[in-house]
Amino acid sequence: MKTVSDTRIVVVGNGMVGYKFCEKLLSKRKEGQQFSITVFGEEPRAAYDRVHLSEFFAGKSADDLSMAGAGWYEENGIRLFLSDPVVDIDREEKLVRSHHGHIVYYDYLIMATGSGAFVPSIPGVEKDGVFVYRTIEDLELIQSYAKKARKGAVLGGGLLGLEAAKALLDLGLEEAHVVEFAPRLMPRQIDDAGSRMLQSQLESLGLQIHLSKSTQEIQGDERIAGMQFADNSFLDVDMLVISTGIRPRDEIARIAGLETHPRGGIVVNNQLQTSDPAIFAIGECALAHHMIYGLIAPGYEMADVVATLITGGEKDFQPFDMSTKLKLIGTDVASFGDPFVEEPACRTIRYENKAKGIYKRINVSSDGKTLLGGILVGEAEQYNMLLQTCKNKTILPPDSEDLILGSRGGEEAGAGVMSLPDDALICSCEAVTKGMICHEVGENGHTTVDALKKCCKAGTGCGGCIPMVKDLIGGVLKEKGVYVRNVVCEHFDYSRQELLDLVKMNGLKTFSAVLDHHGKGDGCEVCKPLVASLLASLWNENILTKDRAVAQDSNDRYLANIQKGGTYSVVPRIPGGEITPEKLIVIGQVAQRYGLYTKITGGQRIDLFGAHLGDLPDIWEELINAGFESGHAYGKSLRTVKSCVGSTWCRFGVQDSVSFAIEVEDRYKGLRSPHKLKSAVSGCVRECAEAQSKDFGIIATEKGWNLFVCGNGGSKPQHAQLLATDVDKETCLRLIDRFLMFYIKTADPLTRTATWLNKMEGGMNYLKAVVVDDVLGIADELERDMQNLIDVYKCEWREVVESPELRKRFTHFVNTPMKDPSIAFEGMREQKRAAEWALPVS
Amino acid sequence: METITDTINEVTWHMACYVDDIPEDGGGCAFISGRQIAIFNFTRRGEWYATDNQCPHRQQMAIARGMIGSQGEEPKVACPFHKKTFSLQTGQCLNDDEYRINTFPVMVKENRVYVGL
Repeated sequence: MKTVSDTRIVVVGNGMVGYKFCEKLLSKRKEGQQFSITVFGEEPRAAYDRVHLSEFFAGKSADDLSMAGAGWYEENGIRLFLSDPVVDIDREEKLVRSHHGHIVYYDYLIMATGSGAFVPSIPGVEKDGVFVYRTIEDLELIQSYAKKARKGAVLGGGLLGLEAAKALLDLGLEEAHVVEFAPRLMPRQIDDAGSRMLQSQLESLGLQIHLSKSTQEIQGDERIAGMQFADNSFLDVDMLVISTGIRPRDEIARIAGLETHPRGGIVVNNQLQTSDPAIFAIGECALAHHMIYGLIAPGYEMADVVATLITGGEKDFQPFDMSTKLKLIGTDVASFGDPFVEEPACRTIRYENKAKGIYKRINVSSDGKTLLGGILVGEAEQYNMLLQTCKNKTILPPDSEDLILGSRGGEEAGAGVMSLPDDALICSCEAVTKGMICHEVGENGHTTVDALKKCCKAGTGCGGCIPMVKDLIGGVLKEKGVYVRNVVCEHFDYSRQELLDLVKMNGLKTFSAVLDHHGKGDGCEVCKPLVASLLASLWNENILTKDRAVAQDSNDRYLANIQKGGTYSVVPRIPGGEITPEKLIVIGQVAQRYGLYTKITGGQRIDLFGAHLGDLPDIWEELINAGFESGHAYGKSLRTVKSCVGSTWCRFGVQDSVSFAIEVEDRYKGLRSPHKLKSAVSGCVRECAEAQSKDFGIIATEKGWNLFVCGNGGSKPQHAQLLATDVDKETCLRLIDRFLMFYIKTADPLTRTATWLNKMEGGMNYLKAVVVDDVLGIADELERDMQNLIDVYKCEWREVVESPELRKRFTHFVNTPMKDPSIAFEGMREQKRAAEWALPVS
Repeated sequence: METITDTINEVTWHMACYVDDIPEDGGGCAFISGRQIAIFNFTRRGEWYATDNQCPHRQQMAIARGMIGSQGEEPKVACPFHKKTFSLQTGQCLNDDEYRINTFPVMVKENRVYVGL
């Protein structure tokens, strides 16, 4: 309920900026401040994300685009009138009247009416099949009309026009044309050369581009049938989307007698006040600093300024940077600072790669010290860095071409994102500075993008700053030493890599020896399995002998996977997924005898669940007698090498993938590593073995094998990357030897190969240089180390089965042969399952 | 099963196993009067400990299979299921205040391990 002390706010317009104003006002509200907020919107929907409007055609629903859930306005006590535009403002009485006759008094009136599409007065624009591209309703009309249309055109080759052209492509029209009056595309953002590059990219996607075309008439009877141009040419189309610019929605302001510009826009001062001090204008309807800001970031900034002023703060709206980066039909386009300044006012550096569709231009000050602006087409990864370098007038490195070419010495150009000043704006949509982000990461422990989105809204607007936000998180953590000095735990003041070198150098083979030489205290559940893994990676001795059994983690300790209820699962090795009927029968018999649940794994093996600890040696004795070996499913080690059936049976196969998979699996079986290792071999490019989702995957070609590395499935899937092409088997194995050994020696604990590569400075190029080109000169050593491990491999289960001393440890009780009486199973689909977890008891 | 009654401290010592039934710097589980007791031979510290074998987090009988170690000066054991760690001296869970396990005195005499219940 409204009380006497409430400040009455009326917002005219419920677009992105009007919504953002409400959000900011609520969040800036100080104690004791009460607002009664009323919002009028012309559209039938509450505010939605107009920036990503074209995604509506790519399958996003109106709900997906919505700025806030349906309940947001009500929850925050905001009265929202939709489909109900304000038609009259009485400035004397300070009230507005809406189309439906609602009368609301205001203390402050916020004009956020935005803009409409500007439609030039070409004869025939009123015909059926001619649309504008502005609201979800426009899009729905276009969508339904396109069903019966074959050829479509967009009038206007600017930013929005190209978005609309993408929409026509998405709608599946046979022909999609772009008609632009200027001699180039996106004339406000990019230069001729950039436009040419963009044009060739767009044309390769099926768009037809017509430049320097002045449309004289839209022809047809009731429906559009074509476009007639001033140069007497004609374009045969049956629908047209007009996107020739925006027109500020200032008509109500005009009627109310507020000062407006002859060419459109409500005139505001630096505080965004109109000629009536109780009325503000924000977003695309406002004319600030003599211009209309047709981008979302300055709109949000305007919302912030007015919310700040109304809640008692002080803030001016400064001339806003109009730099933009966007993805147009798959092509990155960006321009920043002053993209067009020419020599001699500056020195311009251009880079053009027609094969890859890349054009880059930077304008450097005549003294070579600062960046004035630039254009990026086809690849805009450096956009954020360049924009900040430009805005903050950062002093450039002597070879300023490195800014766009990348340093060819392998080092990153410049000092990176951490060298920016604290007030550098990282997220311009939400006005979040580098300092704010670093503070949240460093002081408040918000170390993920999601956490930062929650606490300071960085990255929640256009999302363009997210790569930079990630770099900042990494940078701050690095400064704090979180990653750089990644020591094992309180018992070892070394990183895994350092400890590995020390253990190797000193020839240490037991956990106690490593702890005595290099650690302190008694070890723990972090360092014990880590050291045990190092010892296995270095010497490959049985992991349960000497003092190593008690240093192993749950699964390695009993060479099986501990499951719910305390029983174990057993996975015999089935190299390449190839198995004889005789062996299948043995597995079935063992499962029957020991009452085991059986399931086929994702890695072409068979998992036997529900084994009692005391039964494990007997189970394995039977399996080993039948010729099986440990499958190491319990270890951070090579698991399985999956294969498709390949050329021996498959009519498409070009190589014998099963034989190679078996060879690879036999070569690396038992290899202990920082994390589990998975592999696969496919017999042709159809890739049925899914090798590109593995730590190392091999795909047959007509000439040999392609080797991919550093892929994984799991919670963050990542495709493997190509390391070598068309190599023979021997070379392939040699490269895998090097790759795996390099990984084992340098990765952080519990880091899969994909994450290891992601963290590696220089990335894939560096990895290739080390593994393939041997720039470090360590290839021989890596191969030798691997061969040593392979030479001493023994099936660890066979060793346990044959050793009474090791076998003795596989009992639940030390003082009775009884099995654990607490173990319980339930029946399910003719087999059994573990009983559900009991509820915790405190 | 062999027992020794200590009337002064009101403890009954149950013979649990022999010293070499429990691996050095590791644990084993003994079945004593219907209870599952985890016994640890912390050779590095020259100490023996005994606790419940059941982890209160998911009521799994597996503490004896856990890795032992130290946190500062405090000897501890980690449950193999979800790595809840418990002080071997007090039984208090060190990474979740909610949980605690029972601890029991251990006596080693003539190569035999006794637990006081």
